[in-house]
Amino acid sequence: MTVSRGYRRGEPVALFVPCFVDVFNPEVARAVVTVLERVGVSVEYPPGQTCCGQPAYNAGYWPLAAAIAQRFEQVFHDYPWIVTPSGSCAAMARAGFAHIDPSSSAASIGARVYDFASFLTDVLGVGDVGARFPHRVTFHEGCHARRELRAVDASLKLLGAVRDLTLVDLPMAEECCGFGGSFSVSFDALSTSMGDAKCVNAMSTGAEFLVSGDPSCMLHIDGMLRERQAPLTTLHLAEVLAET
Amino acid sequence: MQRSLDHKHAAQTDVPWEALRSQAHALKADAIAHLDELLEQFERRFVERGGEVVWARTAAEAAEAFVGICRAHGASSVVKGKSMVSEELRLNEELAAAGIEPVETDLGEFIVQLAGDKPSHVIAPAAHLSRQDVGHLFTSKLGLEYTDDPRALSLAARAHLRARYLRAGVGMTGVNFAIAETGTFVVVENEGNGGLSAAAPPVHVAVMGIEKVIRRTADLNVFLQLLARSGTGQKITTYTHHFLGPEKGKRQYCIIVDAGRTALLADPETREALYCIRCGACMNVCPVYRRAGGAAYGSVYPGPIGAVVTPKMVDPAAAGVLPFASTLCGACKDECPVKIDLPLQLVRLRRASVSAGTSGRGLERRAMGAFVRAMTSVRAYERAVKWLRAAVAIGKRSPWKPGPLGAWMRGRALPAPARQTFREWWSMRP
Repeated sequence: MTVSRGYRRGEPVALFVPCFVDVFNPEVARAVVTVLERVGVSVEYPPGQTCCGQPAYNAGYWPLAAAIAQRFEQVFHDYPWIVTPSGSCAAMARAGFAHIDPSSSAASIGARVYDFASFLTDVLGVGDVGARFPHRVTFHEGCHARRELRAVDASLKLLGAVRDLTLVDLPMAEECCGFGGSFSVSFDALSTSMGDAKCVNAMSTGAEFLVSGDPSCMLHIDGMLRERQAPLTTLHLAEVLAET
Repeated sequence: MQRSLDHKHAAQTDVPWEALRSQAHALKADAIAHLDELLEQFERRFVERGGEVVWARTAAEAAEAFVGICRAHGASSVVKGKSMVSEELRLNEELAAAGIEPVETDLGEFIVQLAGDKPSHVIAPAAHLSRQDVGHLFTSKLGLEYTDDPRALSLAARAHLRARYLRAGVGMTGVNFAIAETGTFVVVENEGNGGLSAAAPPVHVAVMGIEKVIRRTADLNVFLQLLARSGTGQKITTYTHHFLGPEKGKRQYCIIVDAGRTALLADPETREALYCIRCGACMNVCPVYRRAGGAAYGSVYPGPIGAVVTPKMVDPAAAGVLPFASTLCGACKDECPVKIDLPLQLVRLRRASVSAGTSGRGLERRAMGAFVRAMTSVRAYERAVKWLRAAVAIGKRSPWKPGPLGAWMRGRALPAPARQTFREWWSMRP
């Protein structure tokens, strides 16, 4: 990921916690704070934050999405670095804001938003965060992080440095898990068919944990794994990196 | 699909793939931006070579012109090379209604025609049928002793078709590239049926969409390196025909068809959809197409490109469905040899559909309004969180699972809201 300049020690980093992480997986955001503080970054959480607007954007409600993007810009206006544990939200800020309105102030804030993995490797230049996770793990990259942010290498580099972790390749890793926001309910048969393939591929690795950088994918994949009573637990990359 | 994709990826490695894609995108952008000028140049040069041009605004006009040509030359049958645009024209139905027999000669199209079916993929029309299906079809329609051996089936089709080439009064092909500079056109294929369809009968009619015209012969260097690799993983198709005008004593027509393409052209945001070179790579990689199949799109063009062009070019009723049948994963965008941003085209179509009211009525619109209100005020957000906690708790226990809740729970557990949100945790941090 191209970075405008390096991080300067002591600069505040704003944490963006997407709505669904705030409500369903706050432990993911807590883990991000733990890791960032461990590598010497001072984390701030602007309290007015809510959402990146992706659900509205993807569903075609662009004026509504623009209002949410506008709010995002206002909340994070003063921060040179904005980090989020959601690859799809980071991609929304980086690309979606500009598609809605290229000349808006929201369009320019996008360049300051990073997914957690890319921030560590590309901005901080950190590959080893001092983590230890003695388990067999396989990794799923969300489509937005994979294709729009090109963040796979960053995530794999970070996982590769975790002590005692065994990383097994996920078969057909590039295929979408099938969440797709409202697609998951509007086209639920296709969605669960795709999710099923993802689950089967994950289980075939014999991994104890399915790790991802995208909490939205995880809502869907985890939902399917729980329904199958699969012996596989989903975890966010930050939760793995937080373990010592 | 996966085998085609694997072959494509293997074949990409011996050429500067990304540079070629960018060049192809730029060449198409230039051609499409100057379509009027290039089409007129093509017509002039083609006519100089002895060809005859027919302009058709609609699919119906094009079909009517085609039938007219057949009648003028007393043709009782037409041999057809593979042509997706002929599906837009409903050409086979129109010919049959006029008492003229259409004979598909591409093996996949021949199979689909025998089955009374429609092509499900832009380059592999019978992809939805197994060789056992084909075996049974040939037994029932051709009286062949049952076999599912592909070679035996191909030879049977070949034998059946050979006499038909020689009897046909008109041969039809599509056009892959029409070259403005020279008034010539290119047709690529693997089976040889296109070449024979064009050469055997006394009359050759090429049907093309307006977007097929490119500026120079030299541009072919870029497109031909991309097309076969993207479609099947071949470095080049078995045949690359260059048609240089009618042979002595024969006639050659080119029917140039709009059929909704100017609607895509008129809007600078959708113009890019016309760059498509009909390789099929987008549908080969699409997880939705691979599961639903081509027929599910209800359109001549399936897959991601089909979802993009169908609403504006062919069928406005599709606008409320096709663009939404995607997770926007972007795999298609990565595969497209001419770098069409298919996911962006899809999400723009969703925007257009919502603002036109062809989707997002009633409950969805209200739910989206409520969502946005919750996301633009912290107080509303916190109220919404409380509501969501209650809704999930009820949803888990309730036997009645309406709409989206029921759809989610068919095969998935509901996510559980945490006892404490991150926001609440942070506010209590020392």
